[in-house]
Amino acid sequence: MSNEQQQGNNLDSWLDAYAARAETLSVSEVRALFSVVSRPEVVSLAGGMPYVSALPQELLAKAYHDMMAKKGNLAIQYGGGQGDLVLRDQIRELMSLEGIQSSVEDLVITTGSQHGLDLLSGLFLDKHDVVLAEGPSYVGALGIFRHYEADVEHVFTDHDGMSPEALEESIAKVKAEGRKIKFLYLVPNFANPSGVTLSAERRPRILEICKREHILIIEDNPYGLLYFNQPVPDALRAVEADGVVYLGSFSKILAPGFRVGYVLAPPAIRDKMVLAQESALLCPSSFTQMMISEYLANADWKGQIDTFRGVYHERKDAALAAMHEYLPDLHTTRPDGGFYLWITLPEGVDSKAMLPLAVKELVAYTPGTAFYGDGTGHNKLRLCYSYPTPENIKIGIKRLANVINLQTELLETFKGR
Amino acid sequence: MIPKGKAGAKLKIQVLAGGISHERDISLKSGRRVADALTEFGATVIIREPDHNLLANIAKDNPDVIWPVLHGASGEDGALRDILSLTGVPYVGATPAAARLAWDKAIAKILINKGGIQTPPSITLPKETFRELDAESVLHAVAQAFSMPVVVKPARGGSAQGVSIVTKVEDLNRAMIDAYVYCDVVIIEKMIEGTELAVGVIDLGAGPIALPAVEVVPRTGHFAFEERYTAGETDYFVPARLDAKTSEAARKVAISSHEILGLRHLSRIDMIVDQQGVVWFLEANVLPGLTETSLLPMAITASGNSLGQVYYNLAEAAERG
Repeated sequence: MSNEQQQGNNLDSWLDAYAARAETLSVSEVRALFSVVSRPEVVSLAGGMPYVSALPQELLAKAYHDMMAKKGNLAIQYGGGQGDLVLRDQIRELMSLEGIQSSVEDLVITTGSQHGLDLLSGLFLDKHDVVLAEGPSYVGALGIFRHYEADVEHVFTDHDGMSPEALEESIAKVKAEGRKIKFLYLVPNFANPSGVTLSAERRPRILEICKREHILIIEDNPYGLLYFNQPVPDALRAVEADGVVYLGSFSKILAPGFRVGYVLAPPAIRDKMVLAQESALLCPSSFTQMMISEYLANADWKGQIDTFRGVYHERKDAALAAMHEYLPDLHTTRPDGGFYLWITLPEGVDSKAMLPLAVKELVAYTPGTAFYGDGTGHNKLRLCYSYPTPENIKIGIKRLANVINLQTELLETFKGR
Repeated sequence: MIPKGKAGAKLKIQVLAGGISHERDISLKSGRRVADALTEFGATVIIREPDHNLLANIAKDNPDVIWPVLHGASGEDGALRDILSLTGVPYVGATPAAARLAWDKAIAKILINKGGIQTPPSITLPKETFRELDAESVLHAVAQAFSMPVVVKPARGGSAQGVSIVTKVEDLNRAMIDAYVYCDVVIIEKMIEGTELAVGVIDLGAGPIALPAVEVVPRTGHFAFEERYTAGETDYFVPARLDAKTSEAARKVAISSHEILGLRHLSRIDMIVDQQGVVWFLEANVLPGLTETSLLPMAITASGNSLGQVYYNLAEAAERG
């Protein structure tokens, strides 16, 4: 070997210039595997995609033409940092369906509620601050918290949602460790990934604990209107205005391509959010806001939500029937709304490790570890029934059963349990 | 020396990328890079998925040459190449027969060994083996035969998917499971410590030429998936920091391996040089990665050629037959 010193090339000239938080961003083998879900041969029960084909495109085409005819120049112009006033007023009506009374002044429109959560996290989170969250919790939120270098403390959650007792225990534990809790993040209705809903009985208790402990609640509610049988209990924000920041979204009740969400926040927080939004992107898209505003003004949007409910209800039933037929021994949640089943695998079966086998068998799901910030969740997986047809859901779950059997055999062979 | 092509080239080239293998994502990235380079060089390029419209698209596009940039099964196992042969349209890369030999790492090792090139001692274990034999006793015997560390890898596959370096016997079980989820045949190979090299081979019809060796130094010590596809995770030295004698030995191993396996147009031979300067063959890549972090493009650039020129020359070589 030559002793000659030579500079290697790491293919990134700016490696020494990144902020420390960029360390949280890296490619992953699992992410690469998900590339196959776009192939029609694969039944994807992975991504939480709404079934936008159930939304008649002529409704949107009409909204587009009407909007351009009425205020085309405004739609393609910069808008206000807080969002379109007309749309904010319409959102008030939308939120009233879940018991929320509000002022347009306290609403901020964002580029999807994901962006709202990012803005809030930027306002509140310093490195190693603690975010309390359900266990499991929404993967997209965990990604944001990780990016801001916060630590997530999962709170035990069962079929009635987050346990108030466990919340108190978690708060006591974090405080005893001398760590600082910044907020409680929760998806109270048909949660992603568990599908469970925080019960009416637990809601005031969660509110009371957080008020007593001076912990802000971030209530993320993209699925609340997508119930199957009966409406969900009133939103936490309907009861408590100062201690709750409410995130809403048009992604699931209309279409995610618009990237329009909203945040209802106490005035002081709202002010900072508007400034943060202006700093980040000047304003949310006027064009998509006005499209949605036109749609809400003239289309039967409540009827469309009913249509979505019917579609997802049928698919949930198909998923549960297929689980009963092909995987009767596995525990699954039985949601009354939303998009997801949360499955518990046989002990020792690691859903992340099993994913390549599933891809080979042409079915995809989301491994349970994605929904925990602490590396747990190995024997859990999320199935999303919103996008595939009932027939494909059945095929997908049949394939999944085969995959689990193959993996179980493998584990038994190698005593990998 | 790779002959210079001429800019303003006119071939119509269909690039196949994507597929349904575990390496689909890498294939899409590689395919777009190849298409961009060819377009910049002047070729007319159409990117297509190898899906149920494959044959219809070939008929519709009527390309002069097909450039399959498909990693993993079907792209590298010879099956798709068999189908391309049926169309009569010339294509870049290995023939179906050669692809089958090189794609299966266990078979490739046998052939390479017979050709007089060192390859690490290994054992190949189909999953079915364990229907008859007790896993614990088999792995115990393996552990006795090969002192740790060993490399456990799927016999077919790429991008280090399913590959583990096992340093403790008790971790063998887990590594076997992680490999079997990718492939029903697994190789346990004695790990050779040393300098990890990748040597690209280009053959435009006048015989194979070895490109400058790329030395791979992953920061974690293991050239796994993330180290391969995340810029900044691995240091690459091109040409590799080898003395002249070792460099020549590596070149010879690359050329001989390419020839023994009957590969055509391009390949990448992965090898390791131990402390004594012995070059060990690890595996051959029928269609090596061609992404922005891949090793073959790095070697082509280091050889003083443009990617567009070389990719186009390969298409021309395919067209000549």
